[in-house]
Amino acid sequence: MIPAAFEYHAPRSIGEATALLARLGDDAKILSGGQSLIPLMKLRLASPRHLVDINGLPGLAYVREEGGALRIGGLTREVEVEESELVRTRYPLLADTCKVIADPIVRNLATLGGNLAHGDPANDHPAAMLALGAEIVAVGSSGERKIPITSFFTGPLSTALRPDEIVVEIRVPAPKPRSGGAYVKMERKVGDFATAAVAAQLTLAADGTCEQVGIGLTNVGPLPIKAERAEAALRGKRPDEAAIAQASRLAAEAAQPEADLRGPVEYKKDLVRVLTGRALRRALERAQRGG
Amino acid sequence: MLVKVAVNGEKHEAEVEPRLLLVHMIRETLRLTGTHIGCDTSHCGACTVLLDGRPVKSCTVFAVQAHGHEITTVEGLEQNGKLHPLQEGFVAEHGLQCGYCTPGMLMTGVAFLKKNPKPTEDEIRWAISGNLCRCTGYVNIVKAIQHAAAALQGGA
Repeated sequence: MIPAAFEYHAPRSIGEATALLARLGDDAKILSGGQSLIPLMKLRLASPRHLVDINGLPGLAYVREEGGALRIGGLTREVEVEESELVRTRYPLLADTCKVIADPIVRNLATLGGNLAHGDPANDHPAAMLALGAEIVAVGSSGERKIPITSFFTGPLSTALRPDEIVVEIRVPAPKPRSGGAYVKMERKVGDFATAAVAAQLTLAADGTCEQVGIGLTNVGPLPIKAERAEAALRGKRPDEAAIAQASRLAAEAAQPEADLRGPVEYKKDLVRVLTGRALRRALERAQRGG
Repeated sequence: MLVKVAVNGEKHEAEVEPRLLLVHMIRETLRLTGTHIGCDTSHCGACTVLLDGRPVKSCTVFAVQAHGHEITTVEGLEQNGKLHPLQEGFVAEHGLQCGYCTPGMLMTGVAFLKKNPKPTEDEIRWAISGNLCRCTGYVNIVKAIQHAAAALQGGA
């Protein structure tokens, strides 16, 4: 399969890249890891006239904690997040997520910024970032702005990013003591999109009740879903089996899946219920262990 | 566009269209046909090559992206007429039936053993989970990688 012809640009600085993007507007797409974009182009589902390859931009690949947040550069490859000791020890929800994205070879090129900017509700990072309460830092020709993850996804394959904006950083609040998270995905085979997946992040108060709760759902709606009623049902409560069951039911209600080859609506909704329970129990276990 | 790459240590230059995929440049421009095209949708891993030492699916990379980088294909594994220990492993353990997935399996396996010289069976299965073998010869592929790990450990 051969993509439609395009003009290729390889800017060497963020300024050069955003100026190019501003000039080319909707005719251009950003080429990051390319692991979603290139297949789309080969299938002719996307035929951008210009590709702006940002892989040559310096200083956009890093994973570090700074100023009370985990900061991940927009061009950081999934494999680098997956192998980060910091992520493994402090951000288990993120570590879980990276391990189940596509397959190990795709993760050598795929980037975190691209996974989010693609705006696909079937991708895994959107739900994880919703549960974690992340923030996206974007740079465009008129400067930098921060976009809360809750207002980042605006439609299927659409985000709040303007055509000239590049995701330069993803910020995840550093976990407080007694925090834990987990990502649980059901997939038919390695490399498939989730039939459904659930991200859960918990912080326990000193008395063992839930102080903070984040629950994100993957591939069960036109947008990645933050299961707010499920979160509210747990907040301030002791996360016992009854409370987890209740939150899981509410998460299933929040899901708006469509029937497809991966299963009918009823099955997917019930899957969300079961996976939410699993994700919450694992997150709780990790929170009780202290992360 | 002019693309300059080092393939298996040898420098090459080619004038290519930006839309040319890396796998097509390798097979058709450079005539290195050991790298296979399988699914052509980044699922199967038959087209896996090393880009600066890291396995990538060359059907999902544009040739222009490889400009200035180093590529290793299956043809680059044999050194001075001697097969790579992983290739020896595939021979010894009957790690292939039809052979279609083999170049990709080899490239993934070589990079994996560099990163993880003493892998467990689970780690091997995890590492090759992006490479499909439709003969389903996974058991012997895993054995071949174990064979190579032991050989490399022994300094062979």
